[in-house]
Amino acid sequence: MKKTERDFSTHLKKRHFAGRIFKSICCASTWTGIVVLVVLLVAVLWKAWGWLDWDYLSHYDSRHPENAGILAGFWGSFWLAILTTLFTVPIGVGAAVYLEEFAPNSRLTRFIQVNIANLAGVPSIVYGILGLTFFVRMFDLFQGDQDKEIEIFLILTSVKIPLPLGRTLVAGALTLSLLILPVVIVAAQEALKAVPSSLQNASLALGATRWQTVKHHIIPSAAPGILTGIILSISRAIGETAPLVMIGALTYVAFSPGDIESPVQLVTNPQGIAKAPFDTFTAMPLQIYNWVSRPKEEYRHVAAAGIVLMLVFLLAMNATAIFLRHHFKKKLQL
Amino acid sequence: MMTLKSFDNFVESDKTSTSEVSQTDVGTRTKFETRNLCFYYSSTKALHDVSIQIPKKKVTALIGPSGCGKSTFLRTLNRMNELIEGTRQTGEVLLDGVDVYQSRIDVVLLRKRIGMVFQKSTPFPKSVFDNVAYGPRVAGERSKSHLKEIVEESLKKAALWEEVKDRLKDSAMALSGGQQQRLCIARAIANSPDVLLMDEPASALDPASTARIEDLIFQLKKNYTIVIVTHNMQQAARVSNLTAFFFEGELIEFGKTKEIFTNPDKKQTEDYITGRFG
Amino acid sequence: MRISSNEGRELKISKSLTDASLARDEIVKRNFSSLEKKITIFSMKERAIYLVLFMCGVASIATTIGIIYVLLSNSVFAMGGNEAFFEHVSLVDFFTDTQWTPQYAEKHFGILPLLCGTFLIAGIAALIGMPLGLGSAVYLSEYASLKSRKFLKPTLELLAGIPTVVYGYFALVFVTPYILRPIFQDLMGFSVDIFNATSAGIVVGIMILPTVASMSEDALRAVPRQLREAGYALGSTKYDVSVRVILPAASSGVVASFMLAFARAIGETMAVTIAAGQKPSMTLNPFRSVETMTTYIVNVSLGDTPAGTVEYQSLYAVGLTLFCITLTMNLVSQKVLSRFREVYE
Repeated sequence: MKKTERDFSTHLKKRHFAGRIFKSICCASTWTGIVVLVVLLVAVLWKAWGWLDWDYLSHYDSRHPENAGILAGFWGSFWLAILTTLFTVPIGVGAAVYLEEFAPNSRLTRFIQVNIANLAGVPSIVYGILGLTFFVRMFDLFQGDQDKEIEIFLILTSVKIPLPLGRTLVAGALTLSLLILPVVIVAAQEALKAVPSSLQNASLALGATRWQTVKHHIIPSAAPGILTGIILSISRAIGETAPLVMIGALTYVAFSPGDIESPVQLVTNPQGIAKAPFDTFTAMPLQIYNWVSRPKEEYRHVAAAGIVLMLVFLLAMNATAIFLRHHFKKKLQL
Repeated sequence: MMTLKSFDNFVESDKTSTSEVSQTDVGTRTKFETRNLCFYYSSTKALHDVSIQIPKKKVTALIGPSGCGKSTFLRTLNRMNELIEGTRQTGEVLLDGVDVYQSRIDVVLLRKRIGMVFQKSTPFPKSVFDNVAYGPRVAGERSKSHLKEIVEESLKKAALWEEVKDRLKDSAMALSGGQQQRLCIARAIANSPDVLLMDEPASALDPASTARIEDLIFQLKKNYTIVIVTHNMQQAARVSNLTAFFFEGELIEFGKTKEIFTNPDKKQTEDYITGRFG
Repeated sequence: MRISSNEGRELKISKSLTDASLARDEIVKRNFSSLEKKITIFSMKERAIYLVLFMCGVASIATTIGIIYVLLSNSVFAMGGNEAFFEHVSLVDFFTDTQWTPQYAEKHFGILPLLCGTFLIAGIAALIGMPLGLGSAVYLSEYASLKSRKFLKPTLELLAGIPTVVYGYFALVFVTPYILRPIFQDLMGFSVDIFNATSAGIVVGIMILPTVASMSEDALRAVPRQLREAGYALGSTKYDVSVRVILPAASSGVVASFMLAFARAIGETMAVTIAAGQKPSMTLNPFRSVETMTTYIVNVSLGDTPAGTVEYQSLYAVGLTLFCITLTMNLVSQKVLSRFREVYE
């Protein structure tokens, strides 16, 4: 037609050149994120160098940066992780099982799904406000100077539940549970969806009820995926700070919940285990935040040490989750 | 429709079987030639030593049972197979005497000269106008009036202009299946290629649309070399001048359509045509 | 006689027929009862389990109701004998006053400075996170080899897994002194506060990068292969296909990812608190310290503000505003995404 072959060729050269530049830009974008990650990790490690030692792990916070340690935060995060898991797993997996296996395709079900997707996008601090008002203060229903208590007697010891819950680990764990619940539900749903329908059909055809099918075949088959999702969600919960700030987790804390200061004491001090959930607490990210806010320059190093410790934990948890996913995938493919 | 007389007016190189090594009639009669073309998907050999000469401005049909390699062969002609990882070929593919697999050949240029229409119509989620104008636009055509000319001409050649001339700005996805396929043909024509490769263009359409596409092919062959893959033997008989029969990656027989269908050389061809298998 | 014997036989036949049909009815009844639904302990257990699971499913609705109720409390309606926030402060003042000074003697409750700070930081974050995220998505989906993808994708996900306090620390301790100040203060002469919006914005941008990259990549991959092939067959370069065919086809998915990421940037708390400071100011200067809605909420709760006072209740009002903004963006993003999925699935 009107354009000659030669015009087309020169323009083609330009197009190829533009294409190469575009590819480089996209490649650079990808690597920018990775470079920032590396810089961040190196920077934090550099600041923490020499400050992360056994003393750091076994001491509490202090007015002197050299003596400051993360023991309180560590135990706080530990209890938080356990309690959050206890609260989230039943409700989250139960909801996922209901939505995937039992719920009819009705407007209510669709509404629940949309609702869960929305909850996942609510800022963590709003969950903090919810936790503060609902769990900590319990809508100021139990106002008055006398803090009521409910006492429940167990075998070895008794459990004293204060009302309102106040700034306790339980309140914090409940708040965090609500925060990660949408994530757990979605992850569990994905895992359940992946179970082949041939398995369900075979079970139902043999006369099993819906629940029997779910309990004996579907949940075991989806268990690795659900487990992975739970581990990843808990690791996210450990890194959360804003909700804990809202519910009033303390920032200068010189004790561990339940006075359990070392793993040995978990066994030797059962009363501590009963007391711990209702103790006031702090957590690793919260202590880090507190240290960062202090004017003294040395506290920057202390904070960096805490960050390294926390990142190590998160990395370990994520690696476990990925390893489990891999391991079970292989197993199921046999 | 085709008459017996028109059947006689065509190229000498008929009945080329794979065992013959024929001289290439470069530049005058042959558009495509392949020599000992072998094609591999990773370790699977999909085409075995295919040597064929496809003439200019005629319709060549590729027939054979599913999985026989006819689509694979079609896609080697414009190097579309390279988009799949792990493929390679040996042998030569010559377009107008030039080996298109040489490293110095620009594949973008090649694909501009060869138009392709797929089995499932694939209009872009853009307007009708933008669909047809896409090829010229990426090639660098900027002038709006020129693009309008090209679009109108291509749509007319594809027998779609009358139906869409008032709807050029509408989304192409709103057209019917048959219209979409003709749009894809117009889109391919807009690049002013010399060749049109069609991979079962009417298999997803109803009989009325199929008939229109076949009429269109008949019109187009005056100006374009057309290679069409079809599993519908009646279509091949209706539409093409030459037919190549593929089986299990090999070219079994190639010749004038009329002779292939009434008096085939090889028994396999005869079996396929009479419906004994495939 | 014949008739009578016929009749007799008929009678006999009909009687045996009736007997037979009666017997058949009996068998059918027995069969039915063996299949009939019965109420047993077993079936009651099934129903109980179903109910428990149903409650779990509904728990999420309870959470939403809880959130809405809590945010409305103390702001719109009163609790525990105090007056609600919006009974003290009119809505007009709340949205138009340009000062936010709840802790001063002369109290102003105009949310504009907080909104300004929030959107300034979110804007900077968007400028950084969205292009980089989209570029990464295009690279991963169109250009990267399988081997590179295996390495690059999980590494980018790692970015999303780092807690926000770490990002805040990074912004305060590194970005401001080692990047922003050398470039903008020493070289260009701007005055850069220790707490500034830019460091927070940069860091939040990196935080939302994985979200944009991952969602956009999904959208790009959802575009069917045939469309790409059609593009190539028309003589396009890879750039043509990526930019002129695939990106437009995936545009609504990409836009949804942008909105989701922006909503996340708005709701980000700790990194911003650490890096941007606590001085509310109505400024577009990214090198000044600003306060965002989220930062304010944190500060109130860290401080000694007694419950029941207006300052305390302002926390709820700000929380309500934040929630409404992010909820709207999330809803719109989901709507866009579901329409995109309709086209391609």
